[in-house]
Amino acid sequence: MKRHDIYTLPILIWLSLFFTIPLSITVIMSFMSSTPYGGVTLPFTVGNYVEIMKGRILAILWRTIRISALSTLITLGLSLPVSFFMATSKWKNLLLMATIIPFWTNFIIRIFAWIFLLGNNGMLNNILIQLGIVKNPITFLYNSWAVVVVIVYTYLPYMILPIYSAMEKFDFSMIDAAMDLGATKIRAIFKVMFPSIKGGITAGILFVFIPALGSYAIPELVGGRDSVMLGNLIAWEITTARNWPYATALSNILFVSTALALFLYLKIQGSDGK
Amino acid sequence: MDKDGAVYSVELENVTKIFDESTVAMKNVSLKVKKGEFFSILGPSGCGKTTTLRIIGGFETPNEGTVRIDGRRVNNLPPNRRPVNMVFQNYALFPHLSVFENIAFPLRLKKMTESEIREKVEYMVELVKLKGQERKFPRQLSGGQKQRVALARALVNEPRVLLLDEPLSSLDAKLRQYMLMELDRIHDEVGITFIYVTHDQAEAMSVSDEIAVMNNGVIEQVGTPPEIYESPANTFVAGFIGETNFFVGKVVDVSSEYLKVETRFGILTCYKDKEAKIGDTVEFMIRPEKVYVTKNYPPQNMNFLRGKVDQLIYLGSHTKYYIMVENTLIRSIKQHTRYWMDESTISWDDEVYVWWNPDDSYLIKVTGG
Ligand SMILES: Nc1ncnc2c1ncn2[C@@H]1O[C@H](COP(=O)(O)OP(=O)(O)OP(=O)(O)O)[C@@H](O)[C@H]1O
Ligand SMILES: [Mg+2]
Repeated sequence: MKRHDIYTLPILIWLSLFFTIPLSITVIMSFMSSTPYGGVTLPFTVGNYVEIMKGRILAILWRTIRISALSTLITLGLSLPVSFFMATSKWKNLLLMATIIPFWTNFIIRIFAWIFLLGNNGMLNNILIQLGIVKNPITFLYNSWAVVVVIVYTYLPYMILPIYSAMEKFDFSMIDAAMDLGATKIRAIFKVMFPSIKGGITAGILFVFIPALGSYAIPELVGGRDSVMLGNLIAWEITTARNWPYATALSNILFVSTALALFLYLKIQGSDGK
Repeated sequence: MDKDGAVYSVELENVTKIFDESTVAMKNVSLKVKKGEFFSILGPSGCGKTTTLRIIGGFETPNEGTVRIDGRRVNNLPPNRRPVNMVFQNYALFPHLSVFENIAFPLRLKKMTESEIREKVEYMVELVKLKGQERKFPRQLSGGQKQRVALARALVNEPRVLLLDEPLSSLDAKLRQYMLMELDRIHDEVGITFIYVTHDQAEAMSVSDEIAVMNNGVIEQVGTPPEIYESPANTFVAGFIGETNFFVGKVVDVSSEYLKVETRFGILTCYKDKEAKIGDTVEFMIRPEKVYVTKNYPPQNMNFLRGKVDQLIYLGSHTKYYIMVENTLIRSIKQHTRYWMDESTISWDDEVYVWWNPDDSYLIKVTGG
């Protein structure tokens, strides 16, 4: 073996063990048929994909993208000012801690906290009724909006951290410089700060958008019939219908759409940067 | 040229800047900078130089006092509406923009046409000698080149005043000297007011029309370089600008031109720069280049002390002598001229005479006693 082969060997093993093999299995499985008891069997077929395309999958795929994109956008809108505030604050480290602390609580527990907050017997409704603002509880939960709110809440730190880290490295005297040269503060931020923290924004968008596409627990717990996402469909096929080939086909479609979204985003992102 | 006829380009009137109870960065600072001057603000680290510049630039608002530019009160104008531009200590070049675009930045904000922009940027590139570097990005430039870009970008807007915050501090000694001369040339060429902040007295002395010496948020003295060097207002200025020898003592005799002062070295004569009477406590100084060190007995009417050579530092163009007299080091600098009065060489531990002409001393302070 040549020397460089030895050096690349560990990464090759790593990639095949944890990436190539599982992916190959799902690809192969998605072209097989299911047995009545949840097994998989030959012959190879494209039936699963044909079946998917015939069903309401496109609507669900489109909804998955829509909910994820909207959540990502809101997360970004919240993270920019928050990160700016954090990066310019005296208590940087304290605020950074405050962003990370929610991670210490289990993800599912945090979703239940939202149910406790927004449910029909939840805190918010109780307060509203006590104050006499409404007579009957408002149904905040079990719709796409609830899903968006909880996705935003859950993934906010993943957006804040890379943006904060980029802003923290940003030399704020450049804003002074831009203002000195005639820019208003807002223009200075857009013209000088944004190009410098682009990397952080990109990372944040990917860190939020990609896991949002694969959301399962959030729509399951706070969503309703109008907010079923691809992840829920896949889970249903595996646990209830026990149709692994169909589920893996769905997951491959999710994989391809994620890769496509990523590719498109990086393409657009790369083209405006000189 | 001056629409308003104001004499002063920048005026600070009793400006005080308090960051918090413990940090008073500027105390009652008043300054008048004449149009077209190369004006330096000189002082040790943390004395409030940057704060003064930022007050003029509009990045900080004074707690008290008035800031005027070209005779107009600007206290409430934001930086983008003041006719001044600043060269930042770390250059603050925009990393995502090329040299050309960095310089064009203020012009694009003004929505100038492409041809106007090209013309102005090219003029600036010519002025700061950056021809051929326009397409490069800041990370591809040397320190000196970055400096030039920052300068060009600050000048392209044709400000009335250019503020420079220690612009040369990150360059090496040789380049610093060269860029300083370049700054001087550019100042002559554009003819606007330069306000230059530095903690390096040699820098300030070599190019300034006037220098303000600042310490602890207070302006200690404003004057031309010779004024500041030859007749410092107080001990701080005397000590900060170059090396010097201080003497303190009680006046024992007063004549029309001289004072006789009883010091711990005995009675010394000093020139009467200020009025004083017998019994007053005075402080006077003598610059090292006016102090002679010889083995021979000094000429008549000189102040002289006897001491031992503690250290001598040969520096090519001159030699520094440190002579121990009564547990105090007296400094002397000797130029290497061919016809030196005392040809005998002086070396370590030699017993020598240290002497100077009383006319060369300067009386800094008189305290009535
Ligand atoms: N934004 C600020 N908040 C609080 N204190 C400040 C601020 N800016 C400056 N100071 C304080 O004000 C004083 C003067 O600072 P300034 O930056 O003007 O000094 P300087 O003379 O420019 O020093 P240097 O030569 O080190 O740059 C210092 O004690 C500094 O700590
Ligand atoms: Mg400073």
